[in-house]
Amino acid sequence: MSKLIFEKGVKGSNSFSLPEAGLAQPDINQTLPPIFLRHQAPDLPQISEVEAVRHYTELSQRAYGVDNGFYPLGSCTMKYSPKINEWAARIPGLAALHPYQAPETIQGALQLYYEMQEILAEITGMDGFTLQPAAGAHGEMVGVMIIKAYHLNNGDKARTKMMVPDSAHGTNPATANMIGFDVIEVKSNPRGLVDLDDLKSKMNEEVAGLMLTNPNTLGLFEEEIEDIAAIVHEAGGLLYYDGANLNGVVGVARPGDMGFDLVHVNLHKTFSTPHGGGGPGSGPVGVKAHLLPFLPIPLVVKKEEQYTFDYDRPLSIGKAKNFYGNFGVIVKAYAYIKALGGEGLKDACQNAVLNANYMRHQLREDYNIPLDRLCKHEFIINSKKQADPHGISTMDIAKRLIDYGYHPPTVYFPLIISEAMMIEPTETESKERMDDFIAAMKSIAKEAKETPELLLGAPHNAVIRRVDEVKAARKPVVKWEAP
Amino acid sequence: MNVPKKLLYTKEHEWIKVNGDRGHVGITDYAQHHLGDIVFVELPELDEEVAQGESMGVIESVKAVATLFSPVSGRILEVNEELEEAPELLNEDPYGNWIAIVEITEQSELDDLISADEYKSYCETLE
Repeated sequence: MSKLIFEKGVKGSNSFSLPEAGLAQPDINQTLPPIFLRHQAPDLPQISEVEAVRHYTELSQRAYGVDNGFYPLGSCTMKYSPKINEWAARIPGLAALHPYQAPETIQGALQLYYEMQEILAEITGMDGFTLQPAAGAHGEMVGVMIIKAYHLNNGDKARTKMMVPDSAHGTNPATANMIGFDVIEVKSNPRGLVDLDDLKSKMNEEVAGLMLTNPNTLGLFEEEIEDIAAIVHEAGGLLYYDGANLNGVVGVARPGDMGFDLVHVNLHKTFSTPHGGGGPGSGPVGVKAHLLPFLPIPLVVKKEEQYTFDYDRPLSIGKAKNFYGNFGVIVKAYAYIKALGGEGLKDACQNAVLNANYMRHQLREDYNIPLDRLCKHEFIINSKKQADPHGISTMDIAKRLIDYGYHPPTVYFPLIISEAMMIEPTETESKERMDDFIAAMKSIAKEAKETPELLLGAPHNAVIRRVDEVKAARKPVVKWEAP
Repeated sequence: MNVPKKLLYTKEHEWIKVNGDRGHVGITDYAQHHLGDIVFVELPELDEEVAQGESMGVIESVKAVATLFSPVSGRILEVNEELEEAPELLNEDPYGNWIAIVEITEQSELDDLISADEYKSYCETLE
């Protein structure tokens, strides 16, 4: 491992001087209360500019993103982020705005923002959108707050429970819990879909709603979605669409038409803006007409050809984020949607589904596929065929993929499939690139039989070998201390 | 797979050792094996009222987060605080380390639980 920047310093090597400010120095003892005053200088690294640049360049070269190679991380939709999106977000008229500028001076930005509210509503079949949430889980939180506000506004205080399928992303129960709901788990049936009998038996006047991902985390479309919606609605609940897997249906089917009352979408998944370190994310929330009054303030509205902020929404859940959300990300997603258009989005979706099914078909001889039928944008394999006699686990396969130069897929999720490995190629990848990955997977399956030590000891070529995840979770060391 | 005869089981992989109106509750060998290395246990609160089949805690391993479902309705009399510092005890000896003691309020609910033999055959259907 290379040294931390704190360990690299040489005293005196960051010798630079700032020009005189030309202002009187305020007396720090007069301006800050004593409890905020430091008595010892912070131990900052003493490092020259060129060494600092080398340090971070070295770290950046160790990162692996979709610009480095294939990144089939299931449920994450690691599609390519087109570089023209970056150009759009850097247009000075959009990038250099101040959030406190008067609406009449930022009409272009507000028009884009307004159009994005409308576009997302059209794509998802909703009646209105807030663009404020900073990412997917934040969108869920806003959505669940809207559900709560809706029931309370109806004088319905008995709804203290939220239903979540056992295949759901962990953020669903976590979000419901954060907003004060007790979580009820709905079971999946042997086909990997919501078990309608279990849903019926648990749905009652204490349940606020059902949070559902469709296609679900197994990559399967909830074929009985209209029945699900009817069961939830008949008992007075609301149906929430987790947009994590929207890439499996975007441009082809709309949550609003399936009976969902509200949705969140992940601009950093379906609409190609960068993930994680390249982020931030953005998780707009859309609602049907009966939930419009509860959307966060402000919305951007159009009045007599002028765009402006609407704060006059007395039933609103309030502000969900400082200012207006991650505006740069919204611009990037707008550029993407405008570049593709309706037909383009549909093509992208269909190619994502075709790619996933192609890979599933190519891998079925070498790997066990628990639900081996037509999938949407992703599918699940596991290590059942590799388990005997050498005890190869899905983790071993994932670690070995690193040696082949790939970012491993999502593993051990969803929880309802033992030893799951979830593969999502997205529409971005060419057949040639997918064939290379399939060849690597086939080669690993062969190694599992003939040279299992290659898997059990993997990764062999990475900067860091297999880490002790158990120790890291039980006894985490989260900060560096000077020796 | 170890399934002691004298305990009662749930299909959610909890066990309960009944002693009058007190029941020691833990997770089974099957559960700890499938969860893998357990790294965190969220215990119920003392005096908390729990309902049969509803959540009474959370078990977190390196590869999964699982809900601990209460095998019976009742009130939490004691929790095993040792697990907060040493969650690995559930891997090492799942039957020797109970998670909580529940005061059983509905004795009839014990009829909903399954015997060691029934649990063993149930687990075999999952493989």
